Formats: sequence, C-alpha cells, structure tokens
Amino acid sequence: MERKEELKKEIQDRFGEFYVDFSSPFGEDTLIIKKEGILPVLSFLKNYGFEFLLDITAVDYLGKKPRFEVVYHLLSFKEKKRIRVKADVDEDESEVITVTSLWKNADWLEREVWDMYGIIFDGHPNLKRILMYEEFKGHPLRKDYPFRKRQPRIELLYPED
Amino acid sequence: MDFKPLRKDTMLLNMGPSHPAMHGIIRILLELDGERVVKADVEIGYLHRAFEKTAENKTYLQVIPYTDRLNYVSPIINNVGYCMTVEKLLGIEVPERAQYIRVIMSEISRITDHLTCLGPIAMETGAMTVFLYMMRAREFLYDVVEHVTGARLTVSYVRIGGVKADIPSNFDSLLKKGIDDTKKCLKETHGLLSRNKIFIDRTRNVGVISQEEAISYGFTGPVLRSTGFYYDVRKAFPYLIYDLLDFEVPLGERGDNYDRYMVRMQEIEQSIRIIEQAMKKIPKGDVMVEKKKLEPYSVVDMSFLGKRIHPEEVKLSPNLEGSEKERSKFIYSSKFTPPPKEEVYTSIEGLIKHFMFYIPTEGIKPPKGEVYFAVEGANGELGYYLVSDGSSKPYKLHVRAPCFHLMAGFHRMIEGYMVADIIPTFASINMIGGELER
Repeated sequence: MERKEELKKEIQDRFGEFYVDFSSPFGEDTLIIKKEGILPVLSFLKNYGFEFLLDITAVDYLGKKPRFEVVYHLLSFKEKKRIRVKADVDEDESEVITVTSLWKNADWLEREVWDMYGIIFDGHPNLKRILMYEEFKGHPLRKDYPFRKRQPRIELLYPED
Repeated sequence: MDFKPLRKDTMLLNMGPSHPAMHGIIRILLELDGERVVKADVEIGYLHRAFEKTAENKTYLQVIPYTDRLNYVSPIINNVGYCMTVEKLLGIEVPERAQYIRVIMSEISRITDHLTCLGPIAMETGAMTVFLYMMRAREFLYDVVEHVTGARLTVSYVRIGGVKADIPSNFDSLLKKGIDDTKKCLKETHGLLSRNKIFIDRTRNVGVISQEEAISYGFTGPVLRSTGFYYDVRKAFPYLIYDLLDFEVPLGERGDNYDRYMVRMQEIEQSIRIIEQAMKKIPKGDVMVEKKKLEPYSVVDMSFLGKRIHPEEVKLSPNLEGSEKERSKFIYSSKFTPPPKEEVYTSIEGLIKHFMFYIPTEGIKPPKGEVYFAVEGANGELGYYLVSDGSSKPYKLHVRAPCFHLMAGFHRMIEGYMVADIIPTFASINMIGGELER
C-alpha cells in the first residue's frame, strides 16, 4: 500500500504535465496519462521495476471524445505486481509514440493494435497488418465496423445483396 | 549468432503456410546462406477467426465455447481463465469443491498439452516411437476428460460460478489409469530420449534464446523457465487453491530445445503431483455457486422483497483483493446461474426465469469496469482483459495469448541455425494456432 502511494507521488512529481489519474479499481493499479507521456512514463516504469510488457491493446469507446484508449499492461517480477497504463487517443490525431525501443514484443503488439483499431504508432519500424491481409479495408475491431461484414478475397459466384 | 557468410548472394526460401510442419498457418520467409538461416521473417494471420469481435456480440455465457477454440489442446485452462475473469468482475467466490475440480482438470489439460508438444519434438528428430507413446498416454487422459465433460476437445466444462457438473463416480479409477500410463510413458521416454546421442545432438544448443531476450520478447511459461528464469503465475499470483498445494517450478539453464523438452517433462511430473494431492484433499459439496448458500429461487424472491445478504457473509477469494466493498451487493442481487432444470420443466416461474437468463439482453450483467486476470496456461501466462459497460455482453474482451509473444520472438531462435533445426525448434515452443491468432 505504501509502495503504491510512493509510486503515485513519484509519477506526479516527475510527470506532472502528463499525469491524469492513479487508482486501483478491482484491486488493479491503473495509471491514466496523456498520450504524449507514454514513452517517458513507460520507460520510467520499466526502470522502476515493471520490466515486463504483458500486453498492449486498445478499447474503442464509440461516441465518446476522445474515442480510443490505448492500454498497456506491465508486470514486475520482483514485487509480483501488475500495473495498467492507459492513455486517451482521438480519432483525428491517432498517433501514439511507439515503445518498440523499450520492449521487443511491442513490435507485434502494436502491429495488432494498428490492424484492429487503426491507431498509428509513430516510429514503428514495420507498421503493417498482422492478422488481417494487406488488401483488407477498414479496422475490424472498431465498433462501427459491422459484425457480419464480408470482404471476400475472390469474387463470389453468387454475390450477396 | 554471428558468422561469416560463405557466399555473397543469399537465397530466399518460403517455408509454409502449406508446409506440413508449419501447421498450415505460419509462413516463414527465410534468407539462406547455404543451409544456414541468415534472416527469418515470420508471418501469421492465416487462422484469424475474429474471436474478440465475436465475443463483443455474444453474451457472457455464450463466449465460453469460443474460449475452447483458443488453445484447443488444453481447453479447460482457457475456460477457467475466462470464467475467473468474469467472476472477478462479478465478485464471486466459487465453492471449494468446484475450485478443486478446476485445478484437477486444468492440470490434466496441462499434461495433455505437454504430451502434445513433446510427441512432435521427438517425431521431428526422428523418434516416432516416443510420439506414439505420448499419444497413447494422452488418449487415456482424454478418456478422463471425456467422462467428466462429455467431450474430448471442445469441452466448455467450466461455468461462471462453478463447473458444469460434478465428477463421475468412476473418476478415480479412470484417472489412475491415465496417470499410471503417463508415468510409464515418462519413464520410457526418459529411457529412450533423455540420454540419446542423436536426440541430444539435434536439440542441445539449438534454438537458444537468452534470458534477457526472452523477457524482452514477453516469453512466459516453459520457454521462459527453460532459460532459468523463475516465473509461474501459479506461484506469483496464486489463484484457486494453488497456494494450498505443494509443487515445484522446474527450471532449465541454457534456453535451448533440450531444456524446453526437459522442463516440460518435469512439469508433467509436477502436474501429476498436484492432481494426486488435490484428489486427496477434495471436499464434498456443491459445484455451482448459488446452490451453496441459497437456492436460486429464494435469492430472486429475496431481491423482489428488497432483502439483501449482508456483505460480510460473503467470503471472497484472495485473488479478488481490493474488491470486498462496493461489489459484494451484486453477488446476490443479480442472477448468474440458470435455474435448475427440474424447476424449469415443472413450474411456470422456473420457465420464466430460465427464459430471462438466456435471452441476449438479460442474464449475467457484471458491473461497469475493467479487469485483467491471468492463469498459467500450458504455454505461459494466459491473460484476459475484459471491459464491461454494464450490459449483458462484454464491451471488449482481449486475450493475452502466450503463443503470440513466442512467435514474435521465434525468428531469434532460428537465425544462425540450419534449416533442419527450424522444425524441432518450432515443435519445442508448442505453437497453437487457435490461440496465436484468436
């Protein structure tokens, strides 16, 4: 508990301009920052002990502004703690700085987020589709992408209406 | 590995997706210098089934069958992971007997998964006999799974709040047969492979990955532990009853194919240990949550009357830390198990409640919020990130699949080695397509 307060204070002191909120809903530490602060805050957390990148994903809150939320999960082996770092990203300026310089698995994870949500990662070495094919149009996990929409790669013999 | 190319020009070779060892779903673009791999580019995406998009359009209960198809060699672990994530959001503690059953079935699944991995390693290095021994042992374990769940692979056995049904009466004898055969198989495999010159030559110092790189690539599970790094979700974040059981986490040293083989062999032994302990300790009781304290009917009736159970009467498991206060009222005010079938078929109230439970807009409605929960899958940390908006469908469900990270770093394990080493290395990380591409 003390350690949590300590971390919160340290982030507030160091990254006051990026800090938005730090809370623990459901017992999970969640840090909300501005998207400009992703790289400095994550590299600080990496040096702080959260040396393992578990996951990167995004959530689409359609109709809200800003629309997307990029979610990072980090893990500290030593303290046996996980932390979640979130940042709001808007649809119009959806560039987020890449963290491939900190963790190598961020390469594929960011490619997946780009593929599924269309969030662009600035400075990513190889930002192309990973699960969908190159010719695919749109980003399937966005809420406005229809569930049953089809994009056949060859022309259908009997096209659907 | 650094080395000097023999020739100036290199050759490009396409391995997969229609290569038999690539499961039909992985394409590796190899740059070869003679027979040595200079550079490899792994391409995936041939088995994407839009699990996450589908989950957003199904109710919480309907997602369970889809989780079977993630890691289809150990489906029960996926079921447990998903159901425990929803339970964390709901704040449910499942009955003790259900927890034991979940652990026993998870460990059986882990053994089948490891056997499915070890068999192919042996086969790819030419030991067909071991492959057949492994498949034979796995078959006995699948018999156990089939008797308990009713299916071999796509089991959908675990439910939110417990498990589907209690274990059958002849479970002990079936399990004994399966475990005895697995032990025999392990002994024979140790005799045939562990000191076999051909096998060691093919696997020792092949497919090496360093500890730092394994961490940087997000490796978990046996592949991370084969580099000598101690991390197991069952030990670091104990869930269910793992903290009450006695087991060890086997570690390797060098992070090569042989260590991965050895770690999995030893993990099977530890899983057998866990099963044997759990079978001794398993208590009697119910396997679904609401039947334990209150009948589903009385719960609904009480909620109509505006009565509520005192939150202190609700015992929460240690992995629900920090959630004692605001959410415990949801435990009995919302219904998350269907009414018993006898009631459904004999009374109109039961039928109505059954209907209300299964229509898409009703049923299980967790509170707003987001949770991340992870279990130790056979390949590593299997995490679920669930966002709920308070409706009966998940707003977002993301799976942290261990295979995805393993494949992201796979090219580092084959660069510098021979083309023929790709196949055993690929077998040793136990890539499961369903989980990789969701």
